[in-house]
Amino acid sequence: MTARDQVLGAIRRSLKRGEVSGDARAAVEARLREHPVNIVPARTTGTQDDRVRLLEQWATFNQATTARVAAADVPGAVTDYLASNNLPARVVMAPDPALDRYDWSSRPILERRRGLPEDADRVAITGALAGVAETGTLVFASGPEHPTSLNLLPETHVVILREADVVGPLEEVFTRLRARYGEGVMPRTVNTVTGPSRTGDVEQQLELGAHGPRRLHILIVRD
Amino acid sequence: MQSTAHAFKDNVEHALVDGNLQQSLALLKVGFSERRRQAVERLPEFEALRDRARDIKNHALAHLDFYLEAFEAKVTALGGHVHWAPTAQDARGIILDICREAGARTVTKSKSMIAEEIALNDHLEANGIEPVETDLGEYIIQLRREPPSHIIAPAVHLTKDQVADTFFEHHRKLGFDKRLSERSDLVAEARQVLRRRFQEADVGITGANFLVAETGSSMLVTNEGNADLGNTLPRVHIVIASIEKVIPTLEDAATLLRVLARSATGQEWSSYTTFNTGPKRTGDPDGPAQYHVVLLDNGRSSVLGTQMQDMLRCIRCGACMNHCPVYGAIGGHAYGWVYPGPIGAVLTPQLIGVEEAGNLPNASTFCGRCESVCPVRIPLPKLMRHWREREFERHLTPASIRQGLALWAFLARRPALYRRLTGIANRVLALFGRAAGRYAWLPLAGGWTRYRDFPAPQRGGTFHAQWRTRGGARR
Repeated sequence: MTARDQVLGAIRRSLKRGEVSGDARAAVEARLREHPVNIVPARTTGTQDDRVRLLEQWATFNQATTARVAAADVPGAVTDYLASNNLPARVVMAPDPALDRYDWSSRPILERRRGLPEDADRVAITGALAGVAETGTLVFASGPEHPTSLNLLPETHVVILREADVVGPLEEVFTRLRARYGEGVMPRTVNTVTGPSRTGDVEQQLELGAHGPRRLHILIVRD
Repeated sequence: MQSTAHAFKDNVEHALVDGNLQQSLALLKVGFSERRRQAVERLPEFEALRDRARDIKNHALAHLDFYLEAFEAKVTALGGHVHWAPTAQDARGIILDICREAGARTVTKSKSMIAEEIALNDHLEANGIEPVETDLGEYIIQLRREPPSHIIAPAVHLTKDQVADTFFEHHRKLGFDKRLSERSDLVAEARQVLRRRFQEADVGITGANFLVAETGSSMLVTNEGNADLGNTLPRVHIVIASIEKVIPTLEDAATLLRVLARSATGQEWSSYTTFNTGPKRTGDPDGPAQYHVVLLDNGRSSVLGTQMQDMLRCIRCGACMNHCPVYGAIGGHAYGWVYPGPIGAVLTPQLIGVEEAGNLPNASTFCGRCESVCPVRIPLPKLMRHWREREFERHLTPASIRQGLALWAFLARRPALYRRLTGIANRVLALFGRAAGRYAWLPLAGGWTRYRDFPAPQRGGTFHAQWRTRGGARR
């Protein structure tokens, strides 16, 4: 008997039945296929403006910083943010074509490189698949245009989030993922990130930047 | 790890006089529980979400074989590997084989209670592979060669000064020759040391908070981001998860996540909540080439269908220990094995035997706070009572307690005699104790009077007598 049979057999013996079959099987298969929504907090309802405000509120609550900008002002908002935090005007950017819609050449002072982060990279710029208003959370899906390590290694992460990509509850992210990748299909990694990296492991006091970014700045772009 | 649960009473004696531990526990009492209270207040749907979370886990457990097979099919279709481990030994063997095949010299680990349960680090070390814990708390206790004392805050028993000493001792050989005193400097130094270890590691081992059958995703919740570095940088990612971690859909994950972070740390959401699904895809610039999931049973399947099944709903938030007066007095190490607090008192006898751990369920006042905060509504006092009954049945209870209980049962079944004897005892105690108002010593009550005075009865007789004179009646 294989280890697999041993475990599944023990489960079925304890539950006093054989394999799930008949109507019971149809019911659980339907549950997987239909993935019904459970309880969604009421705070996520409201207009798109309400949602953007809620996202700002919870992102700030979780020690991220936010700014609303017009698309044309994105490069300027980046250089201003870097300057005001005494960070070098040198960034590594996701190889994401969506970031090409901003006129980076308008700020020639900003040194840009596309691709994977290296040890010397202190600032990463990426887009986001979505922002979740419910908790001020950003969602990043891995893929050729978005290496996961950009979300993790540089100590400052600047995220460009389009207002139209702000959703209410987490469930709406799943709807977007299914629309983009297919039912039951996920990219290698979906990171949901709420504020900078933190730890409370020394005397339960909050310290930022345990392993991931110390700073998380969200530029919310009006379309 | 080697259990010391049988020596629970000795462990407690030591814990109560450990100054550093008591200092740390004082912080715990105000920290987690107050933050949880605030988070719950901010979410009006919280109680309804707890009910739903309980129902989801019950549904998943009732169809556990189906959802495990569905999960496996998804992972396999993506080129990942699912390994079934009936026992701890099987799981250790599977993981060692994967590490050897990868030619691994070091592996990074992100905090996993299952890895503690199967004593994975010792096994890897004994076979020449260095495991590096990367959760800051786990890293600290690994350097100190201590077990975790809390399931989500493993180093909660230590003070900042103890951490500073530990880092100074271990990081000196890496070129850090200053003893630090600021918390932020300690965190920054660990970040620097561990970043190098992440980059060198051949294999990353993580636990999983949930396994999603719908997509074949393993989910991880951290605040530090260490698990994400560990599942992104090394060539091989191994997930170790026990079988009851599987849930049906992403929507179910959303519900469980809404109660998890709030119950655990009082956060709205943990900083990093990650869905990992298979190895890196064509065109992915990073991510592991190999993705393995090890499914551990280790006795869990035998709990299904019994009155103890409720314990398998546990999502390991730690709220029960954060709110437990016993945990708050003695800390986690006294429980003697991997899982402390009320959930430990229920899981440990199941996993390592009531003979070894029968003392743990006795360490409860049955105040019920654990059950009242449990996000999946596990009836912890009821389950502890179950173990007390098993302990009594197997004659593991000391003779003096058994005789005492027998005597009490004899009297309790004879109300007239009970009232007469307690009336006499009450008068005698009142007579000799009236002057002082208390007893510093009493025969047969040494366990009480060693730590505190026993109050002398006041005027009015026994409880029953007072109840009668005040006109109390059964409604």
